[in-house]
Amino acid sequence: MSLELNNIRIAYGKKEILSGISLEPIKPGNLVALLGQNGAGKSTFVKGLAGLKSYQGTATLNGIELEKMDQYQRLNNIGYVPQTLPQGSSLLAYEVVKSAAASQTDKSRQDGMIEDVFQRLKISHLALLPMHKLSGGQRQMISLAQAIVRKPKLYLLDEPTSALDLNWQMQVLKAIREEVDSQGATALLISHDINLALRYCDQVVLLNQGKVLANGSALDCLTPDNLAQAYKVDARIERCSKGHPIILVDNAI
Amino acid sequence: MTEPLKSDLSLTKQYRQHISTRLILLTVLAVGIVLSLLYDLSEGPSSLSYGELIQGLWLPESLPLSQQVIIWDIRLPYALMAILVGASLGLAGAEMQTALNNPLASPFTLGVGSAATFGASLAIVFDFSSLGISQTYLLPIFAFAFACLTSLIILAVANSLGGSIQSVLLFGIALMFGLNAMVGVIQFVADEGQLQQIVFWTMGSLARADLEKAIIVAVVFVLCLLVSLRHSWSMTLLRCGEEQAQSMGINVKRLRVTTLVRVSLVTAVALAFVGEIGFIGLVAPHIARMIIGESHRFFLLGSTLCGALLLSLASIVSKGVIPGLVLPIGMVTALVGIPFFITLIYQHQRRNPL
Repeated sequence: MSLELNNIRIAYGKKEILSGISLEPIKPGNLVALLGQNGAGKSTFVKGLAGLKSYQGTATLNGIELEKMDQYQRLNNIGYVPQTLPQGSSLLAYEVVKSAAASQTDKSRQDGMIEDVFQRLKISHLALLPMHKLSGGQRQMISLAQAIVRKPKLYLLDEPTSALDLNWQMQVLKAIREEVDSQGATALLISHDINLALRYCDQVVLLNQGKVLANGSALDCLTPDNLAQAYKVDARIERCSKGHPIILVDNAI
Repeated sequence: MTEPLKSDLSLTKQYRQHISTRLILLTVLAVGIVLSLLYDLSEGPSSLSYGELIQGLWLPESLPLSQQVIIWDIRLPYALMAILVGASLGLAGAEMQTALNNPLASPFTLGVGSAATFGASLAIVFDFSSLGISQTYLLPIFAFAFACLTSLIILAVANSLGGSIQSVLLFGIALMFGLNAMVGVIQFVADEGQLQQIVFWTMGSLARADLEKAIIVAVVFVLCLLVSLRHSWSMTLLRCGEEQAQSMGINVKRLRVTTLVRVSLVTAVALAFVGEIGFIGLVAPHIARMIIGESHRFFLLGSTLCGALLLSLASIVSKGVIPGLVLPIGMVTALVGIPFFITLIYQHQRRNPL
């Protein structure tokens, strides 16, 4: 019962973006950071798994090939938070989340799940506002609520904290961590914040030019050599006053 | 973002209150349409009291034959056609704006109406009797074929241009000019009778409405509305964002194509008997969006009712501006629609500067 990825290849026209990504089976309850410089193929990889790009190779969740999932299976199993924010429409934030919860056939349970996600993300005060009145960060929270409300088995999160301030970044990551732990879900999280990955993620996959450069625990992957190769920077790992590891970047190479 | 929820009511209850308000607004619109219909029926050179009117609708044989003819053969088809065409255009506009993710999309602004005119002009001027189809059906079939083709071209262009609102609109305007020029060429070779029919088309008039045509429009409209309501959830998801919808298993490409085919059908059949009527398909969704929101199970109905009410009111205006003369309704919608739409945009922009 896990996410298995074998030889995933994705191309835009003739240009190959991902050239054969294979990972050891990712166990439920794991929060995995997908790291790498711009253009490394992180978003393309996640879009492929989310059904937005076709891929070659096999990607299975609990034995079911992702590309072969029907709409019901996709709604119940995959929660994708894209980089693009939900549109500034006249839909109420509540309706945006409700539309994503439609696969839940028990209506009374559906209402409870929607209330719960608004409360847990502390955004109940936004629920009855139209989307066009929300800020970018608030819309990003609604986008996350759209994914969490379905309690999917696999979260695909494309920079879910990019529009949020520091406080909300912490809240969101805490919420994702709780979902992953309590539901036994798997999450792939794209981020440019390597310290965030170091602190919150169980596993890191470092991509470089469409290939896996390193895969394993954050401390094993985020070595100065790997960071130099992936990001072209001089970096070192220190300990903060509380003893947590922290990556400091000194220079661009 | 940490402001607490002010009300003690649960979110579900508060949302249900929103739904109740929407249902009340939809009911108000429906009542407005009925009142407008009755007023429209009472308007005309031969004065009929409301009592006679209701009696004539309920028990036609209780009135003299002349009054029966006025109500059933002249005024009712005219007034009903206004409501049905308005409803069709309201539905088409709402769906088109969502499908193309473009608030300025409508059958009129993107040239779908002009394409229907072009198809109708072909059917009027050239002899297609070998097809064995009567003119009553040939007109909507040709109008639909060209409207559909144009919608699909617009969709292809929208996809290739990345869906930019301005680019698609500019392409639609260019298409409209091109089609209008081709209609001009057809007018050039048409004889006097055919020319009159084409001019009638381009001005938009309810004058040739009859109950048979109204029934055709009603059947197509009801079928399209039912299918549209079945897709209301997918359309709501599409309104959240294309990537969001696609990741939830919606086949966005197929949804767009089927929606635009439906829009073409409902537009072409509605316009086939009354000619080009602009702005209803553009304005009605905006009004519905402002008062009812965009959850499509309410929005589609709201836009439909707004379209019906607007065209019914336009029908009343078309009879009342110059006593004894009925203006082509397309002129009224254009004259009233343009400033109305500009006012809407202005008010909307002032309330939501971002």
